[in-house]
Amino acid sequence: MHAFKYHRPASVKDAEALATKNAEGRLLAGGQSLVQAMKLRLSSPTDLIDLGTIKELTGIKVSGGTVEIGAMTRHSEVHRSAEVKKAIPALAALAGMIGDRQVRNMGTIGGSLANNDPAADYPGAVLGLGATITTNKRKIEADKFFTGLYETALKPGEIITSVSFPVPKRAAYTKFKNPASRFAIVGVFVAETASGVRVAVTGAGACAFRQTDMEKALGAKFAAESIAKVKVKPDDLNTDLHASAEYRAHLIGVMAKRAVEAALK
Amino acid sequence: MNAPLIGARVQRKEDYRFLTGAGQYTDDVTLKNQSHAAFVRSPHAHAKIKSIKADKAKKAPGVIAVFTGADIAAAKLGGLPCGWLITDVKGEPMKEPPHPVLADGKVRYVGDHVAVVVAETAEQARDAAELVEVDYEVLPAVVDAVAARKKGAPVLHEIAPDNTCYVWSIGDKAVVDAAFAKAAHVTKLDIVNNRLIPTAMEPRAANGSYNRSDDSYTLYVASQNPHVERLLMTAFVMGLPEHKVRVVAPDVGGGFGSKIYLYAEDVVVTWASRQIGRPVKWTADRSESSLSDAHGRDHQTLAEMALDKDGKFLAMRVHTTANMGAYLSTFASCIPTILYATLLSGQYTTPAIYCEVTATFTNTAPVDAYRGAGRPEATYVVERLVETAAREMKIDPAELRRRNFIRSFPYQTPVALQYDIGDYDATLDAAQKMADVAGFPARRKASEAKGKLRGLGYAAYIEACGIAPSAVAGSLGARAGLFEAGEIRVHPTGSVTVFTGSHSHGQGHETSFAQVVADRLGMPIENVDIVHGDTSKILFGMGTYGSRSIAVGGTAIVKALDKIIAKGRKIAAHLMEAAEGDVEYDRGVYKVAGTDKQKLFGEVAFAAYVPHNYPHDKLEPGLNENAFYDPANFTFPAGTYICEVEVDPETGVVKIERWSAVDDFGKIINPMIVEGQVHGGLTQGIGQALTEGCHYDPATGQLVTGSLMDYCIPRADDVPNFQVDTRETPCTHNPLGVKGCGEAGAIGAPPALINAITDALGVREIAMPATPQTVWRTLQNKKAA
Repeated sequence: MHAFKYHRPASVKDAEALATKNAEGRLLAGGQSLVQAMKLRLSSPTDLIDLGTIKELTGIKVSGGTVEIGAMTRHSEVHRSAEVKKAIPALAALAGMIGDRQVRNMGTIGGSLANNDPAADYPGAVLGLGATITTNKRKIEADKFFTGLYETALKPGEIITSVSFPVPKRAAYTKFKNPASRFAIVGVFVAETASGVRVAVTGAGACAFRQTDMEKALGAKFAAESIAKVKVKPDDLNTDLHASAEYRAHLIGVMAKRAVEAALK
Repeated sequence: MNAPLIGARVQRKEDYRFLTGAGQYTDDVTLKNQSHAAFVRSPHAHAKIKSIKADKAKKAPGVIAVFTGADIAAAKLGGLPCGWLITDVKGEPMKEPPHPVLADGKVRYVGDHVAVVVAETAEQARDAAELVEVDYEVLPAVVDAVAARKKGAPVLHEIAPDNTCYVWSIGDKAVVDAAFAKAAHVTKLDIVNNRLIPTAMEPRAANGSYNRSDDSYTLYVASQNPHVERLLMTAFVMGLPEHKVRVVAPDVGGGFGSKIYLYAEDVVVTWASRQIGRPVKWTADRSESSLSDAHGRDHQTLAEMALDKDGKFLAMRVHTTANMGAYLSTFASCIPTILYATLLSGQYTTPAIYCEVTATFTNTAPVDAYRGAGRPEATYVVERLVETAAREMKIDPAELRRRNFIRSFPYQTPVALQYDIGDYDATLDAAQKMADVAGFPARRKASEAKGKLRGLGYAAYIEACGIAPSAVAGSLGARAGLFEAGEIRVHPTGSVTVFTGSHSHGQGHETSFAQVVADRLGMPIENVDIVHGDTSKILFGMGTYGSRSIAVGGTAIVKALDKIIAKGRKIAAHLMEAAEGDVEYDRGVYKVAGTDKQKLFGEVAFAAYVPHNYPHDKLEPGLNENAFYDPANFTFPAGTYICEVEVDPETGVVKIERWSAVDDFGKIINPMIVEGQVHGGLTQGIGQALTEGCHYDPATGQLVTGSLMDYCIPRADDVPNFQVDTRETPCTHNPLGVKGCGEAGAIGAPPALINAITDALGVREIAMPATPQTVWRTLQNKKAA
């Protein structure tokens, strides 16, 4: 790890000022990706701006059909939250599938979304539920947030403050894990919401995306057999040592079917 | 007298310090004026070094020195030696290209050591290592052992223009070919034994220091055999007398073979400590370990078996290409030959076997012994052939094995080994019962009802342990002896320190060896301590590998014990005023036969050190004996594993539902430790078959599986609750009747698991590791066919 300056701002405003001032600095949330990259000397920020002590970034609020989660809320908190479990059990379950216990005790929802690892789990839920991401500047719809491989709609100096998930009628997340890293090779989040059925896929492409053919089929009838005949094309999917695009395309079908079955249970 | 300790489930003496974080590993050793090293490693698989500029690195904060291959050459250090000479089919010695300690004008794999930076701190050394500018002329690379022999392949070493280290064979080809010609059935398989990256929990580490006061060196190193490390380093590389070098292998966190060898880093830190007059420490990180530890396996084989109409094995013909990597590691050459082809007889009476092995150089890390070392590769060949032949001939696979079991001992195989004893029916019968093979069809039906595929596979393995009779090893090309040494030091008040040349890096020697000694001396185990891993304390040693510790190291201790007890008998006879011939000994008590006169071992020991009433005219005082033991033969642990899997055909995920293992390790000292060794071995074998596959990019030679994000070592939830049991045919040629148990699981597990998966899928072959994608792809191909 190379040397860096460490900052611990007390407010989002201070954090924003530090981020603007230090162009080569990085915001530090849970540090579960960034710190590893720094240890491997793949990332060498001049400054780390630790969001860990900013109170306004934490907490879970459930009201009026919305679950609002502060950006610095740890995965383990979301996983264990009785309120989240009651409102959107699929979201609590997803948080419990991220990494391992140590990662879940440090990693945060805001950090995960801002990093936008193609194999991360949270983007599946954010897109699958049509969540809204609130930053220090604006509100961003899920459909406009994930823009590419490790790329998001966030601008320099922009800091995620919270994420609001509308409570769906029913939802489920199924994940096919990379046997080594336990990241998602394919993760499918299926939700029946007030505004229709949403199917989001993570792990398979450059970033999470919606499977609209499945959404249409499930919109007609929310049942596993509805998507049995939906062909998933491997064209834009990832290929790596663990899974070819073709295998990923196949797994999207299997995981989606299992997610629908789970949502109906 | 205390209760017998041999055969008891004694809790491990060493675990208190390991579990409470009190272990002392090489990285825990920090010496006065400690400095730290970082290695500059090649980012290319194959390249010429045009120039190295170290000016910036030398000026970086905290840097003490930077050394390159030119400094090593100027100091006239030798290259890293190979400890085993293989003679090829034409009677020529194998090709032994130089293995420079730091690269000499060329790099040959990603991770090859180019330069070293020594600094005040490890981080400063790493920072500065990034500033060393190396100008490379990148050359084409080859990573596949078969491709390396093709015309036009990039050449690694001038002395091996076809990248071939040797072509070696064993067995009578003409006899084998004749048997094939008259066979009723021939089974043929193309087999890849996948390359593995050893992943010991403790990465390699070394801390060298030079002492100017007596012109001596001390090297702390994560090693499995400190004496051999010293011998190779002094005699072959540094040209130093052995008495000026002390090698200490303190607590070592796993080795699996990867810490047997003399590595460049060990030499560099030792040599550099004299150059700068300060101790130099290096500890690998995980990525460095993956790149530069000697890898394991990597065979490509065409295997054939000839059978008569009743399923009797007539002959085997095996052609293997083995990947040596870029340079010959310490024992690389003997693994795919002496430790592989000699095991192809398995548990069977196959009368004729021919095996030809071609070893090639590639632009990959050196390949050497890894848990099992040659024997897993052989067992995989034999047990995949047997199972496949059984399916092709529609004979029950257990029945086919029974028709061919060796039942008369000693048994001379056609591939050099002579098995002293075994009972293969006993382990197969017990395993079948344990596995409830009779209930399998019903379980298969239940799986099918859920849309799952269920399969069952066997492996009946044999291995050769207790390595090795030195004369035999020498005749086969070994450049070292393979005996072991032990010393028993009885203290005046009767407690005992045992010094052994074996090295424990997880095996539990501090407990099982102490059990043997305490049992024979009739004392509580707390009175016996085992010391290992320090050339300044132990008279000599060949170290721990090849499941040799209890069979060879344990026997050396027993031989020393015999001397102690014999001397004690003389002392006791004197004390009891009896004739030596009338004194009987049993676990700590000397008795005059037919009387109630007795002396306890402790009293005898005290008399030896306070020799007021002592036969000074006939006997020296003191009670300290040592022994060297060179084994008469290998030992032959054997057993049967039965694996049952359930496959999800939609995803390709394999779940191991049952694992039944029945091993014959001869006499067992501590069943709890043996079970732990079996669990660990099985888990590593399952890793090879299901999750672990080292992958180099064929175009660039980059290690794709360079981190644990991609290289998948098995975790607790990848393995089932193992059912394990043992049967016992005591080894006939060592006093404890022991055979060794450290590698069995890793040897027998892969074929059992792959036989189960192919049974479930209804296919002949599947590549290891059978990852979900591979299983799914295999099913897709089957559907398409």
